[in-house]
Amino acid sequence: MENLALEGALTVTFVRSLFAHANIVDVDATAAEALPNVQVLTAADMDLGVFGPPPFPGVNPGMGRPLLAVDRVRFVGDIIAIVISDDRATGADAAELVSVDYDPLPAVVSPYEAAKDEVLLFPEVGTNVAARFGSPEHDEKLFGGCDVAVSGTLVSQRMAPCPLEPRSAAAELGPDGRITAWLSTQTPHQDRMVLAGTLGLDPAQVRVVGPDVGGGFGAKMLNVEEVLVVWLARRLGRPVRWTETRSESMVALPHGRAARLEFTLGGMRDGKVLAYRLEVLQDCGAYAVLGAFLPNLTGLMASGVYAIPRIEFESRSVVTNTTPISAFRGAGRPEASQVIERAIDTFAAELGMDPAEVRRRNFIPADAFPHTTASHAVYDSGDYEGALELALRSVGYDELRDEQRHRREQAATTQLGIGISCYVEITNGIAESEFGEVEITPDGGAIVRTGSFSHGQGHETTFAMIAAERLGLPVEKVTVHKGDTDEIAKGTGTYGSKSTQIGGAAARLAADDVLELAKQLVADYLEASPADIVLDPAVGRLHVAGDPSIGISWADLASRASADERLAELKAEHEFQAAPTFPFGAHVAVVEVDTETGRVELRRLVAVDDAGTLINPLIAEGQVHGGIATGVAQALYENFVYDDDGNPLTGTFVGYAFPSSADLPSWEAVEMETPTPLNALGAKGIGESGTIGATPAVHNAVVDALTPFGVRNVDLPANGENVWRALREAKA
Amino acid sequence: MTRIALTVNGSRCEADVEPRQLLVYFLRDQLGLKGTNVGCDTTSCGACTVLVDGESVKSCTVFAVQADGCEVTTVEGLAQGDELHPVQQAFHEQHALQCGYCTPGFVMATISLLKENPNPSEVEIRDGLEGNLCRCTGYHNIVKAVQAAARAGA
Repeated sequence: MENLALEGALTVTFVRSLFAHANIVDVDATAAEALPNVQVLTAADMDLGVFGPPPFPGVNPGMGRPLLAVDRVRFVGDIIAIVISDDRATGADAAELVSVDYDPLPAVVSPYEAAKDEVLLFPEVGTNVAARFGSPEHDEKLFGGCDVAVSGTLVSQRMAPCPLEPRSAAAELGPDGRITAWLSTQTPHQDRMVLAGTLGLDPAQVRVVGPDVGGGFGAKMLNVEEVLVVWLARRLGRPVRWTETRSESMVALPHGRAARLEFTLGGMRDGKVLAYRLEVLQDCGAYAVLGAFLPNLTGLMASGVYAIPRIEFESRSVVTNTTPISAFRGAGRPEASQVIERAIDTFAAELGMDPAEVRRRNFIPADAFPHTTASHAVYDSGDYEGALELALRSVGYDELRDEQRHRREQAATTQLGIGISCYVEITNGIAESEFGEVEITPDGGAIVRTGSFSHGQGHETTFAMIAAERLGLPVEKVTVHKGDTDEIAKGTGTYGSKSTQIGGAAARLAADDVLELAKQLVADYLEASPADIVLDPAVGRLHVAGDPSIGISWADLASRASADERLAELKAEHEFQAAPTFPFGAHVAVVEVDTETGRVELRRLVAVDDAGTLINPLIAEGQVHGGIATGVAQALYENFVYDDDGNPLTGTFVGYAFPSSADLPSWEAVEMETPTPLNALGAKGIGESGTIGATPAVHNAVVDALTPFGVRNVDLPANGENVWRALREAKA
Repeated sequence: MTRIALTVNGSRCEADVEPRQLLVYFLRDQLGLKGTNVGCDTTSCGACTVLVDGESVKSCTVFAVQADGCEVTTVEGLAQGDELHPVQQAFHEQHALQCGYCTPGFVMATISLLKENPNPSEVEIRDGLEGNLCRCTGYHNIVKAVQAAARAGA
């Protein structure tokens, strides 16, 4: 994105709050504006409203974010002023010279404290609670009839998404009064609508272009910075650009997770689970953005892969003086699988039963789909026991348990832990539609235009394969276009692992439509009936059924149609909408834990991830690999931490434990395909499965290694320090 | 401003640079070599890795003036016409990149690693590339690509 050439563009640098919670008494830009061609703007120079919250039911509308902080800052990183300069270095110098007079306020960092409503971020709202979901009613008989009930807490710690490309945005006002915004984004079309809405423009006056984008992971949805860049281009009448530094990104790009989950799971001594209660306290950071809503997904997925007759769910989302929480790879679903998988293991430990066996006794059976859970999700298809058995076979479960027993008998310093996670997740979670268009080119190839976006997911390949297969074209003859709202009529973008199942399916349907149109044109040319024209997909030739000698290739058809000015007839668009799908799988992790130092080493991770039919197994496996790494990062390494005053302690790549290749093993991904009936491809989403499956497997493995020491839980991340603490507490 | 003279991807160049100018911004902004990316500001991620006199360095942590008199190779200097460098080819074939932002840095670091150790074990590869971060691939296929490049004698 920074590679975009934009002649004469001014550089934007944001002056960000150094305090987590303070009133702004004064902003003095005199020294900054003394530098050559530097201009400084504050909220007083703006006439813009508030950004968000997103219009989700149940989210308090009074906790949106001013585009520039007005009078008060609510987290370290909140934007106080904008520096405009000719170049990056001058901008950085000038930002240092902007003098901000703060009147510090007490900061509230822990969601637990925030829920007490003693320090309020929005005094006019009167509470820190941004949203409540589920039912606050307790059924006193929920655990009635249970032999055993176990309780515990899982803190799904705050993570920084860390796409390798920091955010970047540029905008230019055209001579026709239209604005073009180039954004490092996942969602160009939605961005266009939000930009237009926030700036009071007709969407037709806004063009958004998503160039090659270096990763998103859910975090690169439109945010205040992009709105400000577009506003500045209009206000200044000059092209402007902004690229965040990594240290800026660590506090300014929304974070993920940050949920505290309390569980009680009850059942019988034979391992059968009867009831589950889940209570979520979601930290949504300083403003109510998407994070406030995410516990809804956690509640929806509470039942996991198990047939649990009775479930109670309740959540509160509270604002704190920290970076806002939004989507991050999994977004609400990892939390659900992390807590149910920990609860199942805790239950198994209480019964003294093998955790694999407890899972077997509670799976939703493979012949029970579609299945509606007690947490109100309608699962489309699945074979949970099949996935677990495949994973156990692949890892050599019985042999590993033998080795573990041996090490325990030897009282070895380095103990072996084996952790299981069986998960189900939801993709295309709010039943969206996606746009696809296919057009035959003059040389007899095809262009696929998709409203989905690709920032590393390889849609350029996968969607080309889908269209090529339907049209009988070599894949090299199909080009995928995305990301320019002037070229692509509409779109939702890429998030929630929904691209292939709706965007790919839309491309397939548009390709089928084009094929029908081509049959009509061929019928005209051959003086036959369209119903008699068939495609030979092996050679890409349309011919009369029963007589392959009478026909025409795509190249010849395109050439003739071009000459006749009829090529435009070979173009079709299609929107495809469908209900959510539910990918699932089983991961088994093997760890070694040094019981003296607490050091954890992940030795193996076997992952069975079933996302229905795979279009391109290489790309799908790549998604699984990356997903697993993020899941393991949460299990063992990463944690975004603040001190009590709300100062970030992990605000750079030096302090934040983003794992490198040296911290991780190779992955053992095992394919399994159970098609969904909900789209013609049979495909579900795969982008987040690895993340959702991996964290609980590794977490459970670490706890499993320490079971003989009386350890029943280790806080995430289960790193050396937390393991050492858990061992000490167990001894005490 | 300080005058520097260096060789970049085989071409001599002379330029005036501010003493505080970082090598990466000199390459990107003054020479227009946009293949070298910036992913952090703490010498942690390696997206900006280039070769200086054949050794991999993080160009965000070298001043342009320090490269005076040196031979610098960036990712743009690797391919011979349409033919990718064997390490680039291996990354392509092994699907060792997704968003691609970290890739130039990984390719340059790999070239340096294989020069020092033409036949590294998996552990040596993982340790050798510790200074480069990737959020997309989970490193699995990057390791495979380095192994493939080693087999190809890169």
